[in-house]
Amino acid sequence: MSTSYPNRPARGGRLPALAAVTALLVGLAIVFAFFVAPEDADQGISQRIFYFHVPIALTAYACFGWAAFKALLLLWRKEERYDLESYVAVHQGTIFGALTLATGSIWAKASWGHWWLWSENQLVLFLVLFLFYSAYFMLRFSIEEGPRRANISAVYALFGVVLVPVSFLAIRLAENVIHPTVFTRDGPQMTGTMFLAFCVAWVAITLLAYTLYRVELAGKRLDANLRELREALTT
Amino acid sequence: MSSGEKYVAAAYGVVFLVVLAYVVIIAAKLARLERETAELAELARARSAPSTSNG
Amino acid sequence: MTYFADVAALARKDLRLELRARDTLPAMLLFVVSTLVVFHFALPADAGELAAQGLLWLALVFTALLGLARAWAPERESGALDGLVLAPCDRSAIWLGKALATFVFLGVISAVALPAFAVFFAPVSWETVAGVALANAGICAVGTLLAAMAAASRTRELVLPLLFLPLAIPLVVGGVGASISDDPGRFLAFLGLYDGVFALLCWASFEYVVSE
Repeated sequence: MSTSYPNRPARGGRLPALAAVTALLVGLAIVFAFFVAPEDADQGISQRIFYFHVPIALTAYACFGWAAFKALLLLWRKEERYDLESYVAVHQGTIFGALTLATGSIWAKASWGHWWLWSENQLVLFLVLFLFYSAYFMLRFSIEEGPRRANISAVYALFGVVLVPVSFLAIRLAENVIHPTVFTRDGPQMTGTMFLAFCVAWVAITLLAYTLYRVELAGKRLDANLRELREALTT
Repeated sequence: MSSGEKYVAAAYGVVFLVVLAYVVIIAAKLARLERETAELAELARARSAPSTSNG
Repeated sequence: MTYFADVAALARKDLRLELRARDTLPAMLLFVVSTLVVFHFALPADAGELAAQGLLWLALVFTALLGLARAWAPERESGALDGLVLAPCDRSAIWLGKALATFVFLGVISAVALPAFAVFFAPVSWETVAGVALANAGICAVGTLLAAMAAASRTRELVLPLLFLPLAIPLVVGGVGASISDDPGRFLAFLGLYDGVFALLCWASFEYVVSE
């Protein structure tokens, strides 16, 4: 496998600009969520959690999809950098997945008085995914670094992306027979302004994930390059 | 604050805290990378000027 | 069709090894029966038949885990996996042969576990049997590949259950649903879908798991 951590001085210069745009958009999203969007008639103020909760969930899915894409590239092109990119994407996805569970749980408590609802399909799906991708780290860090670890991590990331629709189907099937729905969730009927606020928040959160992804990737690449340098200097 | 407001604040607060935690971790990593680069710079200097090294 | 000849040869090798050594299968049989007995004590007195059906699936999943932990042991202990990987056969044939052998083992386990369950707890319907057969196929397909991944790890006995359980959740849903629901066909169809999708994925990706 070819070692290639491309030095990207031009791109590196754009990272602060990216972070600045992200910060701006997140601020804008908060303004929209709290001051522009009207209050929901049924759920009151706790509905505003949705403006972050749903984009965070969607972004987690996107991160896992991105990780699977990079994993596919690794297995196909066999360039080492795809392993790092896939790993960082899984890491971001897991963080945003944990955030989905946390914000979802708080919303459940605010709406129904319970910290957890087995009838909430999205939450249960995220719990399964969270377990799955947590095992990714257990697996990855118990294997010696090298092409074997990269390949195995990549195959596992691909399994994750296939698991998403299969698990979703399973949970849908389970809710009707094994766990009958006790609480029905009325999805927020979004007016025009609400939808705008949602879209702003979605873009902001996606950009946030991408910024964090680029930051972490830069850090890990630096690590690897420094290690190579150290080896070169101490032999 | 009503309980609804408390929960909204908690939800957004959690997101904020996680991002802040990320910043702290990046800062710590940066400090470590600075130390390593300084070490490696020392090594490089020692290599390129062997006659003046303490070897 | 040398591909299927390879697969058959590999599966036969595993079955013969087990027949001769007789170390894994008896242990799994004893384990599944012991688990069912423990479940009796774990269930409160007024728990219905339905709760017991759920526990059947737990017993099957954990017994399968026990067997899967040993799935690649013969190859590991004799260093034969490298030899197999270098052999001119398609790497996916290695996975398929191993998965088929494991399927036979799980079949034997189920043939003992289901009657035991019927005796200890509640009668077993045809839908349950079909569900067990389909779920076993999924467990073998996915479990064999995951066991190969775990074999590369330092903490293989620890990591295999962590890898396997999230992927086993849809199987448990399908199986329990087939046992207790009014419309078992949907759940059996779902199990078939799981088997098809994941078997394809395993077949396509196994060579990357064992190669450098």
